[in-house]
Amino acid sequence: MSLDSPKEPAIELVGIDKKFGAVHANRNINLTVAKGSIHGIIGENGAGKSTLMSILYGFYHADQGEIRIFGKPVAIRDSQTAIASGIGMVHQHFMLVENFTVLENVMLGAEGGQLLRKGVATARKELKRLEDDYGLEVDPDAVIEELPVGSQQRVEILKALYRGAEILILDEPTGVLTPAEADHLFKVLRVLRDQGKTIILITHKLREIMAITDTVSVMRRGEMVATRRTAETTVEELAELMVGRRVLLRVEKGGANPGKVLLSVRNLTVKDSRGVTMVDDVSFDVRAGEIVGIAGVAGNGQSELLEAIAGIRKPASGEIFIDGQPAAGIDPAGLRDLGLAHIPEDRHHMGLVLKFEEYENSILGYHRDERYGRGAMLDLDAIRKDAEEKIAKYDIRPPNARLRTANFSGGNQQKIVVAREIERDPKMLIIGQPTRGVDIGAIEFIHKRIIEMRDAGKAVLLVSVELDEIRSLSDRILVMFAGKVVGEKSGEAGEQTLGLMMAGIAA
Amino acid sequence: MDYFDIFISILGSAIRLSIPLLFTALAGLFSERAGIFDIGLEGKMLASAFASACVAYYTGNAWAGLGAGILTAIVFSMVHGFASITNRGNQIVSGVALNFVAAGLTIVLGQAWFNQGGRTGQVPPEGRFSGIVLPGADMMRDVPIIGPLYANVISGNNILTYIAFLMVPVSWWVLYRTRFGLRLRAVGENPGAVDTAGISVSWLRYRALIVTGFLAGFAGTYLAIAQSAAFINNMSAGKGYIALAALIFAKWKPVPVMFACLLFGFLDAFANFMQGKSLPLIGEVPVQIFQALPYILTCVLLAGFIGIARPPKAGGVPYAKER
Repeated sequence: MSLDSPKEPAIELVGIDKKFGAVHANRNINLTVAKGSIHGIIGENGAGKSTLMSILYGFYHADQGEIRIFGKPVAIRDSQTAIASGIGMVHQHFMLVENFTVLENVMLGAEGGQLLRKGVATARKELKRLEDDYGLEVDPDAVIEELPVGSQQRVEILKALYRGAEILILDEPTGVLTPAEADHLFKVLRVLRDQGKTIILITHKLREIMAITDTVSVMRRGEMVATRRTAETTVEELAELMVGRRVLLRVEKGGANPGKVLLSVRNLTVKDSRGVTMVDDVSFDVRAGEIVGIAGVAGNGQSELLEAIAGIRKPASGEIFIDGQPAAGIDPAGLRDLGLAHIPEDRHHMGLVLKFEEYENSILGYHRDERYGRGAMLDLDAIRKDAEEKIAKYDIRPPNARLRTANFSGGNQQKIVVAREIERDPKMLIIGQPTRGVDIGAIEFIHKRIIEMRDAGKAVLLVSVELDEIRSLSDRILVMFAGKVVGEKSGEAGEQTLGLMMAGIAA
Repeated sequence: MDYFDIFISILGSAIRLSIPLLFTALAGLFSERAGIFDIGLEGKMLASAFASACVAYYTGNAWAGLGAGILTAIVFSMVHGFASITNRGNQIVSGVALNFVAAGLTIVLGQAWFNQGGRTGQVPPEGRFSGIVLPGADMMRDVPIIGPLYANVISGNNILTYIAFLMVPVSWWVLYRTRFGLRLRAVGENPGAVDTAGISVSWLRYRALIVTGFLAGFAGTYLAIAQSAAFINNMSAGKGYIALAALIFAKWKPVPVMFACLLFGFLDAFANFMQGKSLPLIGEVPVQIFQALPYILTCVLLAGFIGIARPPKAGGVPYAKER
């Protein structure tokens, strides 16, 4: 995937391959980045961008492949060799010591001797020079935790430059920045490029790619699918390359028959643990007998919205009503009593305890139910019998309630969760990524169950980053971008229309 | 005896009682600032007390005893490191386990070697650290106020006491003025920052633990062959935990650690003094009240009444590179 370039390449990756267990994070990646350019790498979350850059920075080792820096093959064993080869990295989550000053953070690892005194003087002088050269102004004696996020990021850039970085990798740099801070960052990046530095920008935001990069590569499912000159491509093309055309999995379903409002969200705002607003003043309703899908590129607030409705994350403000009852701030057990079932996005972290046997997971969260025991005691026979019924009904394989959950395949694990939540006959169901990491057969099965729920008069809220899934299941589609619902379309809306909305371009 | 003499005597006793606390708390400081909780300070102290007593008994050389004490504490430290750094085990469990090992091993070995119910033999005078009379102490004795203070509190202590107080500025200097100190403080706050700067997190933490063992070795040696003349069963008697309390009380900073240890040492001395005496109006106060005070004060501190005690952010969390 290289473009003819008059400039010499700063980085050449040849045949990089990396597996984490069964996950093939990078497949035979080839990439060439010209010196003195800004190269964007775009792709959805989990496409393998961060893994690739971690390999380049010596955090992981590639299983196969070669890395050449300025034409010379280098073996990047650890971050130290990466730094020595002139690579600097600005991590998505800053690698700063928060109670240190800017100066101390910049010096860390490049102190220039056993004692600090001489190094402090050098660092102070060098910081002044970098500030003058690149417009990176930060007070060297300020303590990191007292600085705004944008300044903290500048410290990260300064750290890399102080170590003599010629190639700068920025991993999702604007995720935590305000628009003004992002503009400032782009200004700095242009200055750096004009002075001959090479910059790699990893992002899933199309707009940033168009605004700042010279060339762009698209990654999808661990593969480098295309490289373009930014000036010669369009947002539409990139969006399509990013999401990829998939085999359409259309599910047979009749028209919706919406009844009364079962879930009502009003002016909901949710912040993440860093205090960044992830869901911004969102309002919508879900009625009985309809499926409402929430589309969006991962990381635009869908997860936080789902968690807030499920009672896992406390909303910063706003209201949630389930069947007319106020539900914001109620814990998940209380919400279950109100008739809400939740299939979480990540079955490994939230939906299941992988070390448990299947039957134990089959009642997780419903273990207080009188069918499964009395008082403090569990009725194991009843639970196992119940688990075996679900195994038969949902065709969970292998049909063994005593098997450790970790030993089931992804699709069967997901079926365990789906069976548990649906079989309790809830009034409404909220689902995150129902078929992530699930084989085709199980996808079809799960989709059918979801539609059955709708036809039985339940309200279904569906969040998925798979646009095809959203389109084939939903009766109405809400598109989220940067924490806001930017538009609503019918279930028949075209991929192109939705794609543009997901990129924040059209409303 | 007038009140001033009593005060001087309590103060002298307070200094002696605070020395093992000071060494141990400084030992814990290096470990915890590097992000490794060390509940095993008690065990290190005990094991090194035993080792120093044994070696001093056989060699009759106090310095050889100190060397053995230090070496033993470092070995214990390295076991803690192997469990909690290399194998990413639970630091509390590892520390508690080492405390049990130390408590059991010292008794078993002591009984096997000396047959005195867990005691070691009486260490000969030349195998002990004895008091050093500072120049002019006798001359100064008659000067009011300063005289007795100098002669009875400052002078007349053994060399380890002076080393303990010297360790305070040295620790401060190492932590805040050297590359090792900067990296050590960084690794206790955000090991990711250290790792991405191209520094080995494990090796850095191991080095911190070596320093911890080194200082804890002084504490044990002080107990066995400076304060006493033999190892006695469980002679650390919870001092490792009080030192840990002092460390928290001092918010993990060297100079405040010294004051916290002096305060706790003073409370201890005061408790000894108050034994069997009655206070006006209140009557006899149970000695346990004073013994509990260090812990009570630390709890009050942790509850947020005396400023905020913010432990090193990465403390207790094993560092895993793979995310």
